[in-house]
Amino acid sequence: MATLELRNVNKSYGSGLADTLKNIEISIDSGEFLILVGPSGCGKSTLMNCIAGLEDISGGAILVDDQDISGMSPKDRDIAMVFQSYALYPTMTVHGNIAFGLKMRKMAPAAIEEEVARVAKLLQIEHLLGRKPGQLSGGQQQRVAMGRALARRPKIYLFDEPLSNLDAKLRVEMRTEIKLMHQRLKTTTVYVTHDQIEAMTLGDKVAVMKDGIIQQFGTPKQIYNDPANLFVASFIGSPPMNFIPLRLQRRDGQLLALLDSGQARCELPLGAMEAGFEDREVILGIRPEQILLATDESRNQSSIRAEVEVIEPTGPDTLVFVELNQTKVCCRMAPDDAPQVGQTLELQFDPSKVLLFDAKSGERLLPGKPLASGGKVAQFKAG
Amino acid sequence: MSSIAVFTKASPLDALQRWLPKLVLAPSMLIILVGFYGYILWTFLLSFTSSRFMPNYSWVGLQQYARLWDNDRWWVASQNLLLFGGLFIGISLVIGVLLAVLLDQRIRREGFIRTIFLYPMALSMIVTGTAWKWLLNPGLGIDKMLRDWGWEGFRFDWLVDPDRVVYCLVIAAVWQSSGFVMALFLAGLRGVDQSIIRAAQVDGASLPNIYLRIVLPSLGPVFFSALMILSHIAIKSFDLVASMTAGGPGYASDLPAMFMYAHTFTRGQMGLGAASAILMLGAVLAILVPYLYSELRGKRHD
Amino acid sequence: MTKPVSLSRVAIYATLLAACAVYLIPLVIMLLTSFKSPEDIRTGNLLSWPEVFTAIGWLKAWDGVGGYFWNSVKITIPAVLISTVIGALNGYVLAMWRFRGSQLFFGLLLFGCFLPFQVVLLPASFTIGQLGLANTTSGLVLIHVVYGMAFTTLFFRNYYVSIPDALVRAARLDGAGFFTIFGRILLPMSTPIIMVCLIWQFTQIWNDFLFGVVFASGDTQPITVALNNLVNTSTGAKEYNVDMAAAMIAGLPTLVVYVLAGKYFLRGLTAGAVKG
Repeated sequence: MATLELRNVNKSYGSGLADTLKNIEISIDSGEFLILVGPSGCGKSTLMNCIAGLEDISGGAILVDDQDISGMSPKDRDIAMVFQSYALYPTMTVHGNIAFGLKMRKMAPAAIEEEVARVAKLLQIEHLLGRKPGQLSGGQQQRVAMGRALARRPKIYLFDEPLSNLDAKLRVEMRTEIKLMHQRLKTTTVYVTHDQIEAMTLGDKVAVMKDGIIQQFGTPKQIYNDPANLFVASFIGSPPMNFIPLRLQRRDGQLLALLDSGQARCELPLGAMEAGFEDREVILGIRPEQILLATDESRNQSSIRAEVEVIEPTGPDTLVFVELNQTKVCCRMAPDDAPQVGQTLELQFDPSKVLLFDAKSGERLLPGKPLASGGKVAQFKAG
Repeated sequence: MSSIAVFTKASPLDALQRWLPKLVLAPSMLIILVGFYGYILWTFLLSFTSSRFMPNYSWVGLQQYARLWDNDRWWVASQNLLLFGGLFIGISLVIGVLLAVLLDQRIRREGFIRTIFLYPMALSMIVTGTAWKWLLNPGLGIDKMLRDWGWEGFRFDWLVDPDRVVYCLVIAAVWQSSGFVMALFLAGLRGVDQSIIRAAQVDGASLPNIYLRIVLPSLGPVFFSALMILSHIAIKSFDLVASMTAGGPGYASDLPAMFMYAHTFTRGQMGLGAASAILMLGAVLAILVPYLYSELRGKRHD
Repeated sequence: MTKPVSLSRVAIYATLLAACAVYLIPLVIMLLTSFKSPEDIRTGNLLSWPEVFTAIGWLKAWDGVGGYFWNSVKITIPAVLISTVIGALNGYVLAMWRFRGSQLFFGLLLFGCFLPFQVVLLPASFTIGQLGLANTTSGLVLIHVVYGMAFTTLFFRNYYVSIPDALVRAARLDGAGFFTIFGRILLPMSTPIIMVCLIWQFTQIWNDFLFGVVFASGDTQPITVALNNLVNTSTGAKEYNVDMAAAMIAGLPTLVVYVLAGKYFLRGLTAGAVKG
């Protein structure tokens, strides 16, 4: 168990090329589960390779237990890695695969046997020890790959998209198992994925990356409820957050968002506001589950009538699509409440859940945070 | 453990590990640079000298190339190469494609038949040449066999006919290499998406039409590869001429490779030989550069 | 699937069989001729059955080229082994340990596969002479290693490129070094490409004539050169049975390899053609 700290880590592949990693600052405590998530090409795998020592960093420092390891060769870092393709040695048995790293470290044969047995028991792969990787199913290979990492009892585990080669059902099973394993062993773990559900379910801390930059670093809850910018908001969550472009208005010191469903209009009050926001092009973000059906009692000025265009039953929920401000908007409803196509609904927004983003920069507009134009931000609550 | 080390020094062993890949490759890099590119440059230099039996470095400019230009035998060799290369490549391609398409029709004992088509490729050109020299022997070879079989007026003496001797080379070379073309195309045909063929069948196309209009056009890269390899074989062809005709009768069946060897190593015309080698390289480059260019460009599109 | 044996099926089989005959007949004629007596050769024709089968042609041929056969063995075996080892190591570095410039080197190497050797013959012969290796089998081994390296490297590089480099990364994290990874991880999975490379190199070097005729003379000649000398000497009566037997002796090793390991032979041919 160890702490991991990335201090201002930079990586570039040449003077002319754009930086692959820019000023990465991450710090996690001993035993924490860190998720690096982002679209392909965002630099998350490069960052993981840098932590493992498979690639050199161009600047900054990587500290494990406050010791800078960035100059060390991979074998001296005491880090184990589970690869996306599992990277099992095809000509060795499962036993040989698990024992290889121990042999390389000149562990005594008896101790190796003991360790392989322990890991095999832990992962329930004792019956597979004599087989070659080619004779294993995807899920079994996955277990062996994890076993190989576990056998060394390293300070830090790295997982590089370990579940992306599994089918959907197995993926969910293994996800739970990885979580269970981590709860039991409490080893510091870094886990790379492009799957936002894995990021949400597994991580103690999540770093959302794009273009080699950390967009936001925080707990899954923070990332979900309080995204730093449009990219984070759009990347995390399924179905994704709705983004409705609009122009803010001001009346009686109140900030208003004007919504138009074609049938009706409504003015969503976003709270008291100070100067600087009016006539601003913004994007209003709201998650599908935060759009509710208005009841007779709750109906007010912030509810709006809209016609249902498409419905998609997913089983536990039904996704209902309407159009607001010429944008498709998804609402998540209980199947029993679900309307028919063509029906008109009365929808209601909780103004306190609504997020605002700058239409140009995509930056989150927050209360108390000064605007680029120098104005003050409205007093509305977020998250 | 908890002290902050600014930079952990790599041990000498780690440093060695870091350099090992380069160290391992270095000798080969050196050999390639010297033994391939350095030597080409050296040959290039020699082609501008008056070297005869021994290399000397008295500069004579383009004189050796001018001599080549005026050399009857060089022209015969070059024309022969065009004729031989053109026929050899064309016939090999046609036969190879035909056999590949036929073999692609779910043939019983396909592996066995393929083995027969391809075995000449395992033989040395010298062996091939020796065999065909015997087969084409005027008086004792096919010539006599067909007369024995009752075709009284049959004459087949191309091997000693200066105007036709090149065709003998073509026959032997096609026999040796067409099976290889077949193998290339068969591999290509096996790679064609079967659903395309099914779609064409559903559209009502006949089998010959499917091959001519859909399957073969999609094998463009295979054509290109085969063309490349065959022209390479043609330009380098030396063993076949040496064993079948030794360039004769006279120098009627000379090829540039033979010309280069004869002038450089037996006639003491090193400068002239070097110049002819450089021209051969030029011919290869003329084919190779567009090939590599299209290969690399194709890669980028992937 | 189709019940009636259609005319086109018959035509296809007929064409293929005819082609088989065309490819096989020269070999049959060589064998027949090699077992004929000079009498039979004069009186009969190519495909006529010999009156008596005699091994005299083979015995005479072995007398003539047997020594050179062993020269070829002495040249081929070390050259094949050395060039394969070098190719394997080069391919390993080029596929798994790329560094700045290694791609350029690969490009240069690839180009080398297509060179007409005529363009390096002269300087190479000066070098061999300087090294004191002129007219030795060692000199030919060296030449074959150097100019075979491009192909062997290409084979292994293309094979290793298709192996996920995560294997190498995993092994590095497990604490294995450069040679350990090669020996313990990659080499055990390289059997097919080793076969391809060995067979390709074997046929190339055994069948070589150009290097043999330039760099060897007299007692050190490989069998191809000796065969050519035997067939193309104009002195004395032509003994075609001896010629054919000698040709068979020169061709047998590669033919045997081809029959035994045709799969790898074909793979080598196509791998050489369709570069990666």
